[in-house]
Amino acid sequence: MRWYWKHVGPRRIIEFVLLTVFAVFFAGPLLNLLVLAFSEKWNYPNVLPQTWGFKWWNFVLAKDDIVSSISLSFLIATLVTLLSIVVCIPAAYAFARLQFPLKRMFLFSFLLTHAFPKMGLYVSIAVLFYQIGLMNTLLGVVLIHMINVLMFMTWIPTASFRNVHRAQEESARDVGASPFKVFRSVTLPMAMPGIMVASIFTFLNSLDEAQGTFLVGIPDYKTMPIVMYSIISDFPSSAGAVFSIILTLPTIILLVAAQRLVSADVLASGFQMK
Amino acid sequence: MQLSVRELAKRYKTGDGVSGINIDIEKGELVTLLGPSGCGKTTVLRSIGGFLEPDSGDILIEGKSVIGLPPEKRPTSMVFQSYNLWSHMSVYDNLAFGLKIRKMPKAQIREAVEDALKLVRLSGFGKKYPAELSGGQQQRVALARSLLLNPAVLLLDEPFSALDAKLRHEMREELREIQTKTGLTMVFVTHDQEEALSLSDRIIVMNHGRIEQVAQPQQIYDQPASLYVAGFIGKMNFLEGVADREEIRLGSLRLPNDKGLMGRVTAAVRPEDVQLSAFAENGSLLKGRVKQVMILGHYAEVTVELDGFGIVRAFQGKETVMQLQTGQVVGVSISKLTGFPVEEAMEAAQAI
Repeated sequence: MRWYWKHVGPRRIIEFVLLTVFAVFFAGPLLNLLVLAFSEKWNYPNVLPQTWGFKWWNFVLAKDDIVSSISLSFLIATLVTLLSIVVCIPAAYAFARLQFPLKRMFLFSFLLTHAFPKMGLYVSIAVLFYQIGLMNTLLGVVLIHMINVLMFMTWIPTASFRNVHRAQEESARDVGASPFKVFRSVTLPMAMPGIMVASIFTFLNSLDEAQGTFLVGIPDYKTMPIVMYSIISDFPSSAGAVFSIILTLPTIILLVAAQRLVSADVLASGFQMK
Repeated sequence: MQLSVRELAKRYKTGDGVSGINIDIEKGELVTLLGPSGCGKTTVLRSIGGFLEPDSGDILIEGKSVIGLPPEKRPTSMVFQSYNLWSHMSVYDNLAFGLKIRKMPKAQIREAVEDALKLVRLSGFGKKYPAELSGGQQQRVALARSLLLNPAVLLLDEPFSALDAKLRHEMREELREIQTKTGLTMVFVTHDQEEALSLSDRIIVMNHGRIEQVAQPQQIYDQPASLYVAGFIGKMNFLEGVADREEIRLGSLRLPNDKGLMGRVTAAVRPEDVQLSAFAENGSLLKGRVKQVMILGHYAEVTVELDGFGIVRAFQGKETVMQLQTGQVVGVSISKLTGFPVEEAMEAAQAI
């Protein structure tokens, strides 16, 4: 043991121990979740389940409101992403390129939606929604989801647009492109990695949102996270585990996609002349 | 006239700007706009390119006014200081972009792009991306892109200033070569006097939003039109003297008074026009004491403190320098000077 300590060095060993701790901390619960989802009987003190099977998968996928909640969640997430692209990308471009009074203040005002406890914000919005008849509507749910992502959906693309240099836009004008063509062929494609990352983040955030949906969408708009709450409280934990995995799957797929885009972004920002 | 600028003026909110700019450039000329940062040279260039709308004045290219036209409608092309290229497109696509907009047939585009790459010595680089190129290569691609469009006037906005000294030198030679080959009319903006002197057919020296002098490089150097130009281009000594009808007198030295100045004058003297002599006793020379000798390879810069005239710097050959020592008293003579009235000297001093 001593020679090993000496040979590898304390630094390496500490790194290894820390890594293990982190791995257990992060992957442990996920592993437990995975095992739980495929177990039919698992009693203490057994380390692994006595009976494996797809019982709870069948149970979850057979329930109508669960399946419909999945498609509803994806519908809402898609709507939220598209709508916030329409609203936020032009705003981001304006923040990056135009000079107008109180620009910094506007940019920081997006932080306000994250400065208060969410529930307080939602309740005050719910009061407003009651008055204009948006409670228990699809639009109401979509709007409340958008409030959550407004900040990232504006800030990240603003930074991306800023990374497109004026000389790059001007040289496109110079070779004969109209302002619209410059935006379409130069500015937008160069800012695209940032926009994609923000959009994926928006999609996942909407897929995951429960509090606001619970307040505004009940009883007709039950998304996956809402249904999840009731399943966790009404059925054995295995059902919850199955549902969690279904909820996690798109997240993992999109995160892998996002990671590839982020590294592309890093590559693009490596383009510098100095 | 390929390019004419008439009474161009542009004022910014900060108070800076340009005014009274008149420029005429012949077809096939390479003209440099030279001046310190903030002198308005870039403002003039961007007005020609259409990126800035001047307050007043006219710009004619091949006899037609381009005022009011956006950059994409002007027969000009610009190479910027940096960030010329679109990083999400390959070199080939960067070059082809403008031609595609002009609806050129594909086969023809391919041929034109390859020719342009050959001209800037980047054959075979078409598939690379800007991030894979060095700074000099990126600027060559940008140059090729502009050449492809065969502009009536090619505008270059300090295109080599982000490059290191050696590369800058190479690029200068290459640009000159390309200019000779293509016969393009070029307007080149720089703050680097050496670049301007070595590159240009004519130099336009600018200061504080105005043109100080327009002339060939040698003339700018030999006959500066103002004290500002005299001080900005190359090294210069400024000495005070007195002028009468025929002569300008610097102590015991007498030099011709070409401009017919009267009264107190400031004499601008090039270091190479100052001669030192170890024989200080000659009465027709100024007397001075050697303060410093800096050997700069094949010549040396000698700093001499003149009695009653302050410091003068002289470029001397090796033979002279060998006889000199710090602290030694030497005789100083001047073979050539350019005189300016003293009032002008005051103005220039305030301006700087």
